[in-house]
Amino acid sequence: MNKKASLGQRLCAAPHILWSAIFIVVPLLMVVYYAFTDASGAFSLEGIRRLSDYTTTFLRSLWFGIIATIICLVIAYPLAYVISQLKVKSQAVTIMLVMVPMWMNFLLRTYSWMTLLEDSGVINNILGKLGIGPFHMINTGGAVILGMVYNFLPYMILPIYTVMTKLDHSLIEAAQDLGANKLRVIRDVVMPSTRSGVISGITMVFVPSVSTFYISQKLGGGSFSLIGDVIEMQFQVSNNFNFGASLSFVLMILILICIAVMNRFGEKDENGGVII
Amino acid sequence: MKRRTGASSMVYLCLVLLFLYLPIFLLIVLSFNGTNSTSVMRGFSFKWYYELFHDDATIQAFYNTIVLAVTSAVTATFIGTLAAIGIDKMKKGLRKTTIMTVTDIPMMNPEIVTGVSMMLLFVFIGSILGMNGVLGFWTLFIAHVTFSLPYVILNVLPKLRQTDHNIFEAARDLGCTQISAFFKVVLPSILPGIFSGLIMAFTLSLDDFIISYFVSGPRFQTLPIRIFSMTKKRVTPDMYALSTLMFVTILVLLILVNVFQNKSDSSKKKEVGSDV
Amino acid sequence: MENNIIINLKNVSVKLGDNQVLENLSMYIRDKEFITLLGPSGCGKTTTLRIIGGFLEPDSGEVIFGDHSVNGVPPHKRQVNTIFQRYALFPHLNVYENIAFGLRVKKLKEKEISETVKEMLALVNLNGFERRDVNSLSGGQQQRVAIARALAVKPRVLLLDEPLGALDLKLRKDMQVELKNIQQRLGITFIYVTHDQEEALSMSDTVVVMDGGIIQQIGSPQDVYNEPKNAFVADFIGESNILDGRMMHDFECSFAGAKFRCLDKGFGAGESVDVVVRPEDVDIVPVEKGMLSGTVTSVTFKGVHFEIIVDVGGFKWMIQTTDYEPVGKEIGLYIEPDAIHIMKKSKYSGLYGDYSSFSDEIDHLSDIEEEE
Repeated sequence: MNKKASLGQRLCAAPHILWSAIFIVVPLLMVVYYAFTDASGAFSLEGIRRLSDYTTTFLRSLWFGIIATIICLVIAYPLAYVISQLKVKSQAVTIMLVMVPMWMNFLLRTYSWMTLLEDSGVINNILGKLGIGPFHMINTGGAVILGMVYNFLPYMILPIYTVMTKLDHSLIEAAQDLGANKLRVIRDVVMPSTRSGVISGITMVFVPSVSTFYISQKLGGGSFSLIGDVIEMQFQVSNNFNFGASLSFVLMILILICIAVMNRFGEKDENGGVII
Repeated sequence: MKRRTGASSMVYLCLVLLFLYLPIFLLIVLSFNGTNSTSVMRGFSFKWYYELFHDDATIQAFYNTIVLAVTSAVTATFIGTLAAIGIDKMKKGLRKTTIMTVTDIPMMNPEIVTGVSMMLLFVFIGSILGMNGVLGFWTLFIAHVTFSLPYVILNVLPKLRQTDHNIFEAARDLGCTQISAFFKVVLPSILPGIFSGLIMAFTLSLDDFIISYFVSGPRFQTLPIRIFSMTKKRVTPDMYALSTLMFVTILVLLILVNVFQNKSDSSKKKEVGSDV
Repeated sequence: MENNIIINLKNVSVKLGDNQVLENLSMYIRDKEFITLLGPSGCGKTTTLRIIGGFLEPDSGEVIFGDHSVNGVPPHKRQVNTIFQRYALFPHLNVYENIAFGLRVKKLKEKEISETVKEMLALVNLNGFERRDVNSLSGGQQQRVAIARALAVKPRVLLLDEPLGALDLKLRKDMQVELKNIQQRLGITFIYVTHDQEEALSMSDTVVVMDGGIIQQIGSPQDVYNEPKNAFVADFIGESNILDGRMMHDFECSFAGAKFRCLDKGFGAGESVDVVVRPEDVDIVPVEKGMLSGTVTSVTFKGVHFEIIVDVGGFKWMIQTTDYEPVGKEIGLYIEPDAIHIMKKSKYSGLYGDYSSFSDEIDHLSDIEEEE
């Protein structure tokens, strides 16, 4: 009771508020500004109109993002369950093992897949020795999706694992006690109570997948360019900031809508979500 | 309680881990390659490590990365910790929600949009000031502080909530001024949170590519950016050597964080456990 | 006991938001006394303590310590120390360092510090606990460390905010005795906050009964028990039958449809008043000898006595007696003049009815809620 914050305590947040205003809010307003102006600074819908040229790219990004997210979910969900059933100490070690690859430079990890997938790469080499193949894997849509799954899988595993550890084990026992078999326990008890983790996992995989730009260049061989690649090109090659901003703006809106839709499914639940 | 983990579950776990580590093992193995092939292992040597340490541009980039990571992490930790204290004292309401939401934007927004938006701001300011090539250390620094801030706050805020407000008053009661009460009593109890926030900010900065890519200029390269420009061409195994070293560094840091957290966790457990 | 006043609160008011927490509160505290602020949660007792401790500034009014005002003086400059509700031990320091904390702030010499800490540990019976982690201590031990820590800096006044609230009953009783002993041994002023009337009565020299940010009564434990000022005090302290009555003239009053002799005077003739009769002051007699008569509706065995509820003309009385009376029996009640206490009508009149809905469990539940 009586917690009146002193002036000093109020001022604590001031540098942060100032910083966020200048370096988070203003830049986003800049994106909007550039998106609706032309190179001379006059109001223009040119950038927005030109987006239609990239409908295929947008759709491809969304499509790849969705597939990668689904694959991640399918791999991660049972895995998170398996990990959550381990002994507490092994859980910590396993989760560390899952996290460590995330800290390896993502460019190099992706590049490494290139060497693995190449026509004369490591995998085809090994398969060749077994008398199978060679398979053409690099520069396909599948390779791009593989790259996404590989890079973002831990982001799916962690939040789901987190909610699963918080799962009250007596709930499972109660369900078993009431005659539910293993499958039913998972469907009726485990799944509904882990929804929040799934939601944040999906968000955390989907957002970077849709907006990625390096993976597609390296593993797609340039023939599967995604929206991130187009944005990168506008800023780093064509120097067309206005169109780049239009693309970024639309990408941001698109992702906001997706997150909003996801959150509707997930009902607000603060349990999952936080990664370290 | 004994929980059984089936053999099939373990096989599944191992397969996923194999998937996650395959490219990394490949990198590490090939970094000791005797030839300059990045896909076939012929002979063992430290040649590429030697090359690495004699590549001035890479050494410079490494040095830059460390300087950037240390300065931005310290700054973000400072601002973020203060912010957490201020936010903790704030009453629930629109103001607090707004601040928290804005803080989280860099975590939720696609990295490419964050990078692009900051680039727009910097270039805009640069054009106003008539500066050519505004992008460099300071723009990277600002960007890294900005995306690290939410993670610092995320780590410190829960520790503040766990801290009994009375211990601050008790210290005041025993003769401390507000400031010294904070440093003697509150700070030690939130220190683990500040420390893991710092480490997180440091590793995020060390590893960041996408945002850095948009806000860096030719005069100040970080390692990930150097790696990016190298992977545009044919990569030589000295990059593998480099990533092996970074991998080991980050592994050590992560283990340190975990040990630190476990220590503070186990003292918490004692509190609950052994009530005489 | 010396009569010099150590703390004087003058017309103190505090408003938090729309809530008037303290209203024009005035009281003084004598040096070396054990004074208890007693009242239900939200009555302003903790706020009063925080004002004395310097953690809260009053909106208006004056706090005088000794002979000068301490308004605006921060907590660390007051000769007052506090025992907090949940002890507030510093989790990162061990027992020794917790107790030494205030001494280190004062920059005392290491030798002096270790002597004082030793002395304090002996005082609270925790010899040999120096190196223990405070998180590993039991509630009672933590409580002792908190007391030692506050006393180590030799305050003139010790503020205790429901210090025993988190302990179980047995430990609580022991600590009550121990606290009283420590207070008498050290000869310093204790200002104690509690909602437990039994604790207040058994430990204090002076009890301050508060409600709604207003002091209802100040007096010795005997005074507030025997001569409650109004229906609130009568109800809050101990059990009481509070009846609507009328003063006929000095030394005679009427209630429950009968006239009684009493010891009170100075009321207007025919003035409407509240009458208090404590349950232990009612004697049970045969119906024909009774001043009132009624039917026993329930009997509860309480160990030393029975608690019986008697319906007298629709009003349920509580009576404590050592004689068993069966339910349904018609009995007579006899009340001595000195058992009757007359109070002026107040805003609390009529709020406390009879014992018709009384049950132990309800009483218990409300106790737990207050502790929250």
